[in-house]
Amino acid sequence: MKDFTLQCPIPISDYPKVLLAHGGGGKLMHTLIQKMFATAFSNDILQQDHDSAQINLPDSKIAFTTDSYVVQPIFFPGGDIGSLAVNGTVNDLAMSGAKPLYLSLGLIIEEGFAMEDLWKVVQSIADAAKTAGVKIATGDTKVVDKGKGDGIFINTSGIGTIEHNLNISPKNIKTGDVIIINGDIGRHGIAIMAEREGLEFEHKIESDCAPLNDIVQNIVEAGVDIHCLRDLTRGGLSSTLNELASSSGSEITISESLVYVREDVQGACEILGFDPMYVANEGKFIAIVPKADADKCLKIMKAHKYGYDSVIIGEVTGNTEPIVKLKSRIGTMRILDMLSGEQLPRIC
Amino acid sequence: MKFIDEYRDPEAARRYSHLIHDITTKKWNIMEVCGGQTHAIVKYGIDELLPEGINLIHGPGCPVCVTSLELIDKSTEIASRPDVIFCSFGDMLRVPGSRKDLLQIKAEGGDVRMMYSPLDAIKIAKDNPDKEVVFFAVGFETTAPANAMAVHQAKVQGIKNFSILVSHVLVPPAMEAILSSRQNLVQGFLAAGHVCTVMGYNEYFPLAEKYKVPIVVTGFEPLDILQGIYMCVKQLEENSHEVENQYARAVNREGNKPAQELVNKVFKIGTRKWRGIGEIPDSGLILQEDYIEYDASLKFGLAELTVDEPKECISGIILQGLKKPHDCDAFGTKCTPEHPLGATMVSSEGACAAYYRYRSRK
Repeated sequence: MKDFTLQCPIPISDYPKVLLAHGGGGKLMHTLIQKMFATAFSNDILQQDHDSAQINLPDSKIAFTTDSYVVQPIFFPGGDIGSLAVNGTVNDLAMSGAKPLYLSLGLIIEEGFAMEDLWKVVQSIADAAKTAGVKIATGDTKVVDKGKGDGIFINTSGIGTIEHNLNISPKNIKTGDVIIINGDIGRHGIAIMAEREGLEFEHKIESDCAPLNDIVQNIVEAGVDIHCLRDLTRGGLSSTLNELASSSGSEITISESLVYVREDVQGACEILGFDPMYVANEGKFIAIVPKADADKCLKIMKAHKYGYDSVIIGEVTGNTEPIVKLKSRIGTMRILDMLSGEQLPRIC
Repeated sequence: MKFIDEYRDPEAARRYSHLIHDITTKKWNIMEVCGGQTHAIVKYGIDELLPEGINLIHGPGCPVCVTSLELIDKSTEIASRPDVIFCSFGDMLRVPGSRKDLLQIKAEGGDVRMMYSPLDAIKIAKDNPDKEVVFFAVGFETTAPANAMAVHQAKVQGIKNFSILVSHVLVPPAMEAILSSRQNLVQGFLAAGHVCTVMGYNEYFPLAEKYKVPIVVTGFEPLDILQGIYMCVKQLEENSHEVENQYARAVNREGNKPAQELVNKVFKIGTRKWRGIGEIPDSGLILQEDYIEYDASLKFGLAELTVDEPKECISGIILQGLKKPHDCDAFGTKCTPEHPLGATMVSSEGACAAYYRYRSRK
């Protein structure tokens, strides 16, 4: 990281915008890869300079996942498409209790994308990978015609090792299990919406985008009998709980008043007509653990910087019907349903 | 959160629930007019806190639900034209017309954009002089001032490539249509608080007098609604029929005069077709002659388009409060938020969608 400058290595005076040729396989592409990507992501595996990365893995189960990132705006308060592409895939690995080790990085860039912005994204990827302790092991760059993309799209796949013997899976969710969340909800979605809609707040609402592998490792290493982990992304807390209820056949009951929504996020939701239960997050997860381990798990989560506000929000209350129930703020019960399409703002 | 949490306080909600139980001796049918209130009632389970005899009827106050099928068809027709940028509030995008909705048009290449304010559409018109920019002017009296302002601004600034597809509806004529129906069950109203922030509540005095119904202007938080119900039940039990204002922190009797003046300058009252209900005389807003050049229906030659409603959907009966969503055979089976037969299912404020989302299904 220290051996490259913070200035864009492809001088703007040469190529202020990405050209089709930067993905064309010729000299320009070679220069882009060498000067920008190889410097930013430099590691022993990339230096093999092969068509494919060759990796030695310890003799254990591996976790393997992929995700694509098309967020707009590309830069938003609290992150950008680069940090999102690293953390999102790292978090998917972490949710099986794996230690994320290697990522692949596929970039689809629209012709005319500012070289300076590409550099910012690449730096952000490098920083996020360093923070999460993963290496970019292989990559690919394509440039598509102007108008055929939306600035930049990123795909990352990830490999991690599973070094525990836990059965972390929705199928392992049991009646009586406790549901713990690692903090407030709705920040990422509102940060994006506010940016798109040009909403101004006294303090900018920043995305909660963060790598969750470290906090999860702490739980695993403490010997908590984790039954299931799931990160809350698109569709928010509600969709995640509904997915888990549905794949485990469980009834899940949570208390609205225990779910923490920051005041500025709540305010933005009131203005936009959104329910924070359905708003996206990028640094939040729920841990489903036996009641006997709940306090221990909560304590470990609260001690981590990405879990200071961890709280028990409910429990698994049955296994006869897959359903999520919400005890409302005023004490009544209702269904917490999955969103049918995108959350659309109301008229009035 | 200040000014929100106070109105969602569980202790106060219980107290109001007890008060309502204490004064209720008979069965009463009360209609909450606005879809926002319906949503809050179902979301917070407010009806669970009421005595058995209090029946809440969900009124027609969801502008998305009552926008007629032919207006939706006009919107998709206009939006699919290559020279058009079609702007709409987000809620309207998923409302099914007789063949398509606006999201499908967008997927097929139409330039359909979601807006929070019609004034944003004016800006788009200025930035795209070679395109026709059309705003879907949907809503009750609440959104009328902003839509009127957009048209007025377009005229003042000489913007010619802007027009609105007017679908404005008015609350008091709908209330009167319900009250004058021979099947009417409604004995008291919670009037729509946000409509009254603009219009005040002078219009309700003749209605309350003529039909002998209490009308309580009511807000949207759980405690607002509970207090509104309390005030309404109290009047019903005392055989009184006054207009009262529960939502005094936002509404005064005269309403917002400058907003009303602007609305009257740009719009005039006209007949409007309500989805599921049919034509109600003097129940909508149409553009004044001075602003007729901004009428998208005329501009795109669609003024004559008429469309019949599908027979299966009973949203009209639901909107009049004669049936509940789960009384419909299609509810939760043939009709779901993913495949709505009628707009009461598609709009997040529609009674059917609210029941589907928060209640158990068949």
